[in-house]
Order: sequence, then structure tokens, then C-alpha cells
Amino acid sequence: MDRRKSLKSILLGGVASGLAVHGCKPKAEAVAEEVAPVEKYIYGRTPKEKKRDQELFEEVFFNKHEKNTIAVLCDLILPASDDYGSATDAEVPDFIEFMVKDLPELQIPLRGGLMWLDHKSNLDYNVEFKSATEEQQKAILDTIAFPDPEIPEQEQPLEIQFFSTMRNLTVSGYYTSKMGIKELGYKGNMPNVWNGVPDEVLAKHDISYDEEWLAKCVDQSKRAIIAEWDDKGNLLT
Amino acid sequence: MQIIESSQVYDVIIVGSGAGGGMATKILSEAGLKVAVVEAGPFFDPADPDQMTQLKWPYESPRRGASTTRPFGDFDTAYGGWDIEGEPYTKENGTDFKWFRSRMLGGRTNHWGRISLRFGPKDFKRKDHDGLGDNWPIGYEDVKPYYDKVDKLIGVFGTNEGLPNDPDGFFLPPPKPRLHELYYIKGARKSNVPVYPSRMSMLTKKINDERGVCFYCGQCSRACQVYADFSAGTCLIFPAQKNGGQIDLFVNCMVREVTTNEEGKATGVSYINKEDRKEYKLKGKVVVLAASACSSARILLNSKSKQHPNGLGNSSNVIGKYLHDSTGSNLMGFIPDLMNREAYNEDGVGGMHVYTPWWLENEKLDFPRGYHIEMWGGLGMPSYGFGFNPNALNKFFGLPVGGYGENLRKDVKKYYGSTIGMAGRGESIAQESNYCEIDNTKVDEYGIPVLKFNYEWTDHEIKQVKHMQDTFEEIIHNMGGQVIGQKAGKDTNYGILTPGEIIHEVGTTRMGGNKKTSVVNKYQQMHDVDNVFIVDAGPFVSQADKNPTWTILALAWRASDYIVEELKKQNI
Repeated sequence: MDRRKSLKSILLGGVASGLAVHGCKPKAEAVAEEVAPVEKYIYGRTPKEKKRDQELFEEVFFNKHEKNTIAVLCDLILPASDDYGSATDAEVPDFIEFMVKDLPELQIPLRGGLMWLDHKSNLDYNVEFKSATEEQQKAILDTIAFPDPEIPEQEQPLEIQFFSTMRNLTVSGYYTSKMGIKELGYKGNMPNVWNGVPDEVLAKHDISYDEEWLAKCVDQSKRAIIAEWDDKGNLLT
Repeated sequence: MQIIESSQVYDVIIVGSGAGGGMATKILSEAGLKVAVVEAGPFFDPADPDQMTQLKWPYESPRRGASTTRPFGDFDTAYGGWDIEGEPYTKENGTDFKWFRSRMLGGRTNHWGRISLRFGPKDFKRKDHDGLGDNWPIGYEDVKPYYDKVDKLIGVFGTNEGLPNDPDGFFLPPPKPRLHELYYIKGARKSNVPVYPSRMSMLTKKINDERGVCFYCGQCSRACQVYADFSAGTCLIFPAQKNGGQIDLFVNCMVREVTTNEEGKATGVSYINKEDRKEYKLKGKVVVLAASACSSARILLNSKSKQHPNGLGNSSNVIGKYLHDSTGSNLMGFIPDLMNREAYNEDGVGGMHVYTPWWLENEKLDFPRGYHIEMWGGLGMPSYGFGFNPNALNKFFGLPVGGYGENLRKDVKKYYGSTIGMAGRGESIAQESNYCEIDNTKVDEYGIPVLKFNYEWTDHEIKQVKHMQDTFEEIIHNMGGQVIGQKAGKDTNYGILTPGEIIHEVGTTRMGGNKKTSVVNKYQQMHDVDNVFIVDAGPFVSQADKNPTWTILALAWRASDYIVEELKKQNI
């Protein structure tokens, strides 16, 4: 028997939902008519860095079923509410797809963890995780979502590690998205003039500036005046 | 293949464009000398939109700023890191050293923390105080005029406090502390640990018409597009070019060795052009090495000739020895009073608004030398890693850790801004037995033999970081907080970081009066080769509990003035 051939047929059989195997780095065909993803990300790359991003974007890791399961799981972790969008609204599954290519050590734990979810769901409810009812999904999550904080992460059971990794990626992906940053209330990353902690915040924390310290600090009304000193280093302007 | 030789003879060839090389470029070109600057990385200007990372949002990177491509994350402005593809280094078995390199115009000054501390009078003469290591052949009074000039030329905020070993200067006014910094001031003072406004090279006030003023985005590690923080390109090399300096920049050019003639004097350098991968030669009357302490040592050790069989200017066999980095250890704390913060913009300047210089006398301690404390915290911009274990802090309240759904959201927001970190950066004692040398068994991709490191901490450093850990824990408790994770214990040598991780490596070509025990004289001129100077941190005899950049700048200016004088007198 031709061992390589049989491995290939097993592999093809294993991804029955339809993704044909084009070798180890299949091309993403769907994005061809849009702007190439790498062109959407303008963030000061060197040519070599841009090439690496390009290669990661061209690779496809998760198959359709895995991606759908990830989307269901992400939205259980951060569901939409009246006030906020969901993880999938913030395109977290796409971020996770990118991260597993950027950090290949995530690939086996996540792929295997997704298999574990389906196995568990089939065993308990005779249905794949993504198609189970929300109640059934949550019943499974309740068994893996609460790690014992006294046990180091790498010593936790695999399914608990899997969920922790998915939760980390989901929460990080969401709160680094435009929508997540707005929800978090981060107000910076724009030109401004820092002039100390707002008075009401100082009051709330029952803390104050010491007058002597404050007297040494910059007078922001003079920031545009060129600095001059006397011979002893006292600022004159 | 022929080595391609240029017919042009430069007055000075400067190798490297970081703090030392940038300063030499400015002073020497403005003295009318024809200068070549040879830099191993590409041209870089933080105002170039194609290179800019400042004011980018995390979602502008597909990995949200994760550190898979750049060691401090996607938005940090260091092209390089501790590991560079094609440029390996090796280590002696059982020892460790991590070598950080930035391959770009301006080198590591583009991303550094801008903590700009003068050495004090004691720092140049430590042997007089504790009998360890060696004194510098110069003292604070020799360097003070140059520190003063650097303060005024480049700009540094801080305050004159009249401290004995943390000298006053010409400071711009500091920014007001942030909320977590007010907590730190209170917590530290409770343990009689003093706190002062930090001293950092960002412009809180205008110093000239060429550079902008800080607009408080807190992103100095990304390099500033209005040139409001110091980097060697924006503050030294570009102004020197504008002032009409005759400067030829050779970028993506990796120097292999200093070339010499029959008399053993330097005639120039040979380098590999990374773009066509061919070797070239440049001729110069004077060679100034500013490639970084270890790179300059490597170039010298690889420059072997009949006259210099151990490497150029190495009759002492001291090149590469006495390599030393700052000690370092960190601790994080959770401050319940900082939970449920109100949202406002507290980006401030990049890094800390307050710091603690070394405050104790060693007579009462079981280790020599000291450390300063840096601290951080606040409502920072999230990036990859934000929200990992989003409610791990629940354990302090006996609440369940983990979960999913609406509770996670609440927990993320509840704890945002409630953690602080502290880092000690201290002085290690230079040891002859800590060194880098050439590993003749390995080359980099340019065919240049690589460095091999041999570095081990001694008990001095380990006891010092134990003191850091105990101090940090006490301050966290004083702030009403809890240590996150665990204070490092004896089993991990109290969490001392690997040599090289603090990126303050110095000492490989140390200065001294005796040519048998040192490499350069007090003007950073090689004892053996009078037309070669070293203006990076290689000449440091000891490193102090200060960051080295401000001293590199002052000494490079001083050495450059000396070069100009000596050329005028036709001594070199």
C-alpha cells in the first residue's frame, strides 16, 4: 500500500466540509477582487516586514467549520448587548486566524481544542458544538471556563488551557479594535497638552499635588517660548 | 571579487549613527571637516509617513502590535532586536548574554526610554569608595561642561535638587505626575524612599525653531514626528546636514574592519554594502568608532594585521573585556484604590514622570553600588496582550477567576488602570572575566566572524536585586496594594534579568592612563593607534546606576573637540 497516498486520502477525508488541499499554503482566493489585506494595514513596515505580513495573509489556516466554531465561541465569550457589539462585530475571528499564523505554536492547541469541543458536544448532545443550543454550549463552557488560579496555566487540563487561550485572544482582539477601545474608554493617542490629573479625580481618590512639587512643573502657557537659563541652570523664560 | 575602493579621502569616517556617532557627526562636520558616516541599517526619519508608527491605533496592525516581528511590538522603532536574522552571536556554555542591536540611522536612540541622567562625582571614582573595579581617569569636573552643553543643545526636563551624586543641570520643566505616580510618591515616601521629577529628553518647552514641542502622546518609543524627543538622526545628524556640514551618509553598510598601513595607523574602513553584497573600502585620516560597545570591539578584534596581530589597538588584550550591563529586575502590583478609574487622557510623555534615584549609603548594606527605580502604570493604550487573564485579579477578592459573557466585560473595565510596575536599574561591577571575543567558528551572512559572549553575574548583583525586590514589595504594600504573581526568590536569583536585557552594555574598550590595562586614553583615543577614537559606551570604566546615553553624548562631544584640536595642531 502506498503510505503517502493513503495519508493524503485520510487528510482529504478529514476535511470533508470541502476545503481542497492545495499544498501547505493554500491561497485565499476570495480576497482577490478586493484590496489585498496587506495594503489595508499601513503602519510603517520595512520591506521585509511587509513581505512577512503578505505571506501570512496569503496563508489559510482554519477551515470553514473551524472558523464558524470560532465565531460561535467568540460571541459566547463577548456577546452583543444593548450597549456593545459582539466579538464577531469587531472581526475577532479574522484576528485569531492571523495570530495563529503569526504565532504557529498556537495552531495545534487551538485546532485540537476545537476538536475537543465537538467531541464533547457530540458525546453529551449528539451535535457539533456550533449547532448545539446556547444552553448546551454554555453547559460545556462552564466545565472549562474557570481555571483554578492556584495551578500554573501550563499545568491545567488541555481543554481549560484551550478555553483560556481563546478567551485571551477574544478579549485582546476585541479591546484592541476600534469598537473595543471606545467601550474601554481609552481617551489618548492624540495630540493634547497634559496638565495634571483632573481635580474631580484627585478629590475622588483623596489625593492632592504637593505645592512645592507643582511649582517646579511646566507652565503650559509658556511652552511655546524658547527656553533660556541663567548660569546656574535656573529657567528664565 | 575585487574590493571596490573610493578615491575620496575623508577627514573623518564615523562608524555608527547612534548617540555617539550622531554627536561626532555634528561636532566634526560643523568644524568644517569632511565626514563619512557608515551605518549598518537603512535611513530612518520618524517624520517619513512610510516609516512612521506614532499615533497608529492597535488595529492598524493585523497582530495588534504583538511582538512577533519587533521585540518591543510592532510600533516600537527599533529595526533589529536581540536576535537578528543572518547576524548571529554565540555564548560560552553555561553563561548568558543577550545582545540588542538596532540597524537604522540613529540606532537605538530611536526607541530608547529617554531617561537622561548625568553621572555624578562618585560615579567616576567608585574604587575610592568601595575598592572595587577601577576609577575613571577623568572626573565629573571634566565632563560637567559637556553635560551642560548637551542639556542645552538637546533638551531634557527635570529639576535641580542639589543632590550630591545626581547633579543639577539645565532642565526644562517637568510634566505633572499622573494619578498612579501620586500613589507611588506617597507609597515610597512612607518607606523613606525619595521621589523626584524624572529627567528625560523630551521637549516640554521649545528650545529652538527647528524642533517641535511635546504633544503628550506617550509614544516616544515610536520616535517623534515633530522631533520633540531626542534621537540621534533628528537632533544631531539632520541639523548638521542643514547647517551645511559635508556629510556623506552610507546606509545599509556594515563595517567589517578598520584598515591600516605599514606603520599600523588607520587608513579607513572596509564595509559590506548590504544591497549588492560587495565589499568596499573608504579612506579617511581619522576613524571614529561609534558602532556600540560590542560592535566596536568586534570591528577592532576583526582588524588584524602584522602590526596589530591581536586586533587593532589591542596590545593590552583588554578589548572585549570588562563588558557590563545594568542590573535589572521588575515587580508588578495591583492597587485596589485604582479600580473603576474615570476615563481621561493621561498618556503624558513616553515613560515615567517621576523616579527615584539611588538613595542609600552602602556601608549599611550587603552589596556595593546602587540602583534607581523606574515605574509605570495608568490608562494606557491597549495592544496585543491587553485583556489576557482579564479577571485574574478576582482572586484577591475570593471571586471566581475566568468565565465568559457580560461579567468579563465588567471585569476588564473594573481593573483597567489598576496595576503598576516597578523596575530597578542598577550598577554592576565591571569584571575582567566578563567579555566578548571573536568566535572563529561562525560567520554572519556578510562573512564577518561573529562575537562570542561570556558573562556571569556575581553575588554583588544578585544581592542588589534582592534589595530591589524587597523595596518594591514594601512600596506596593504602602500603596495599599498586592504583589501580582510572586516576588522573585532565591531560586531565580531574585529575578535578575539576563545580562544585555537592559541594553546598557558598556566597558569593552575602557579608558585609562595605563596602556597595559586600558584601550583608549582619557580623550577616547586608542593608546596604540592615534588616529582611531571610540565614542560609544565602550570606553566606560564603570557604568553607574544611570542610563548611559547622556554620558555617551557628553563624552563624544568632548572627544570630538579634542579631535578637531589635534587635527589643527597636525598631531594626527
